[in-house]
Amino acid sequence: MKAFDPVLAPYIVALPLIGALGLLLLGRRLRAVAGLVASATVGVGFVLGVIVLVQMLGVTEKGGHGREAVVRVWEWISAGSFSVNVDLLVDPLSMVMVLVVTGVGTLIHVYSIGYMHDDPRYSRFFGYMNLFVASMLLLVLADNLLLLYVGWEGVGLCSYLLIGFWFERRAAAGAAKKAFIVNRVGDFSFLIGIFVLSVTVSSLTVSSINEAAGGMTAGIATTAALLLFGGATGKSAQIPLYVWLPDAMEGPTPVSALIHAATMVTAGVYMVARFSPVFEASGGLALGVVAWIGALTALWAALMAAAEYDIKRVLAYSTISQLGYMFLALGVRAYSIAIFHLVTHAFFKALMFLGAGSIMHSLDGEVDMRNMSGLRKVMPITAFTFMTGWLAISGIIPFSGFFSKDAILASAWHQGRYALWAIGAGTALLTAFYMSRLYFRIFEGDLKVPEGVHVHESPPSMVGALIPLGVLSVVGGVINLPGLLTLDHFLEPVVGESEVPSGFTPWILGAIALLAGIAGIAFARTLYLLPGGATRRAALCERFKTPVDAARNKFWVDEIYGRGIVLPGKAFASFCANVIDARLVDGAVNGGGRVVAGAGWLFRRAQSGYVRSYALTFLFGVVVIFSLLVFRVAL
Amino acid sequence: MSIDPSYYLALAGLMFAIGVVGTLTRRNAIVIFMFIELMLNAVNLIFVTFARMWGNVDGQVLVFFVLVVAAAEAVVGLAIILVIARRRETSNVDDISMLKW
Repeated sequence: MKAFDPVLAPYIVALPLIGALGLLLLGRRLRAVAGLVASATVGVGFVLGVIVLVQMLGVTEKGGHGREAVVRVWEWISAGSFSVNVDLLVDPLSMVMVLVVTGVGTLIHVYSIGYMHDDPRYSRFFGYMNLFVASMLLLVLADNLLLLYVGWEGVGLCSYLLIGFWFERRAAAGAAKKAFIVNRVGDFSFLIGIFVLSVTVSSLTVSSINEAAGGMTAGIATTAALLLFGGATGKSAQIPLYVWLPDAMEGPTPVSALIHAATMVTAGVYMVARFSPVFEASGGLALGVVAWIGALTALWAALMAAAEYDIKRVLAYSTISQLGYMFLALGVRAYSIAIFHLVTHAFFKALMFLGAGSIMHSLDGEVDMRNMSGLRKVMPITAFTFMTGWLAISGIIPFSGFFSKDAILASAWHQGRYALWAIGAGTALLTAFYMSRLYFRIFEGDLKVPEGVHVHESPPSMVGALIPLGVLSVVGGVINLPGLLTLDHFLEPVVGESEVPSGFTPWILGAIALLAGIAGIAFARTLYLLPGGATRRAALCERFKTPVDAARNKFWVDEIYGRGIVLPGKAFASFCANVIDARLVDGAVNGGGRVVAGAGWLFRRAQSGYVRSYALTFLFGVVVIFSLLVFRVAL
Repeated sequence: MSIDPSYYLALAGLMFAIGVVGTLTRRNAIVIFMFIELMLNAVNLIFVTFARMWGNVDGQVLVFFVLVVAAAEAVVGLAIILVIARRRETSNVDDISMLKW
């Protein structure tokens, strides 16, 4: 049987990279075709990904590493026995990620052609988008931590460039800076984690780290795992580093879709799944931290989402919350389930962001849900596709989100983590509530739009991207339908099989998850859809004034960070600038200059310009040397 | 018969001393120049004396070098003095003290 040899894999990364270089260097000349070129590079990458997947599925070897291959692109660093190469690891896990990134990425690119059409920096936008996709592909395909880190930082850079794409707006520039700096905190932890692993294992490849993980002491493994997870909290927006993601909504909407669905935030989930043996080796502590951070983030973000009025920010908090679910799944050893939820979430979240973009496009950039309603009548395609996303995230059977979310809750239950299960189930109710609130307020009821806006359905390139995502949101669940196609089984050689309960329990758990979703929707319906909802809302807000206020103010987390971290940081920076740098460093430099100048002032007295005094000095010197010679004084 | 070398050395020492004193005390550039030549010639005389004393021509060869250098120096030096005299209408070295920091 022919061995698995994915020679096409490097081109999947290279194509968007070439597209990015071309668009950024020759941008203005390529303006007319920039969107098509960018979409084509990612789209062809998707086709190549499918070809590699078909090759991979052709290898029927079970249980072994038959479906895994490392493609050497070139040797990068080689020092003695330590070497780091540009190697791409092609295995089931990386292929799932490649297909999500390129597949969803292509649709977002196509959508952007319509959305960004009038922007003066049209081709630069597509250059950045291509670079973003290329970095993410490098991240998921990297065979060693250093190469992964290159992609990791590339993703961070592109998020900065794209969030601040409309940098003329102060808020956008600030949000870009915030995203970059908050991510740096996580990246720092991640980098230290890489150092710990490289010192312990003395190799950075995925296979050697994961093989060595079994032999690590619990202390080392816990340290490494928690440091890596620190990086993941930054990139994947978990407590305590989630604060950048809501602000990242200042970027163009397709960027939000790309960040939330295909690239960037999924990096942390992927990384933890990829290095799951290291997390396993810590003896439960690291995984416990991952699970609890995930569960708490899911709940925390859902609370804020329920109090937010900005459409895009609701979606941002919802992303944070859903990422929390993924980490919850990782923490209860259901790695393939986490990837499953990542995939379905990519479908419905990309869909809803693009839907939100479609609304903004139609309403001249209006994002406050209080200023609109009843849009279903004028934007039927957007409304219908958005509805599939809403039902998917609310966990309604048979939409994709039901299967993945139910699987996460079932795994938590199966591991005996009932507290985590309860938080997850409660969050499922909240999720259904805030998404229904969003949907009902925007699309149902009487038509209401801001003054002077001509509402219209979005152009074909935009709704054209919504429809396939809508279909995927509906049927995406089948990729892990028990007994049919199993993602779980496909990923097993990489991350091990996720244990799910058997017998009667999963049916009960599924029913509870479904009921939670339905209850959330029903509750939202009484508040936002049925007559008299407004008075009920007001009564409820009055009764729970303190918690509602807290959620509306995002629990003052930004303010706490501002007082507790940013202000002391600024004070320390100004101390360094005004005292250490201005006094100490500059003092040493200026002092050195003054000493030399003083010496010069002293010695230039000797340079009188009178030739005869020089001659006399000569003579004096000659006499001295001569007498030394004559009197044989040894110098 | 030959004259004792010490006479030559004494004469040369006297010439050199006159040259040093003249160089240090006079202000006219051309006169200073002449005293420098005097010192050079005193050294030449010492070279020749020792060469004869040891029956060795090395000293005499060196004298030729000194003569050539002195001639070259005279050409350049006199040219400089002449130009300065034309531009500043002086050959007093104490008036020409501008070439410093």
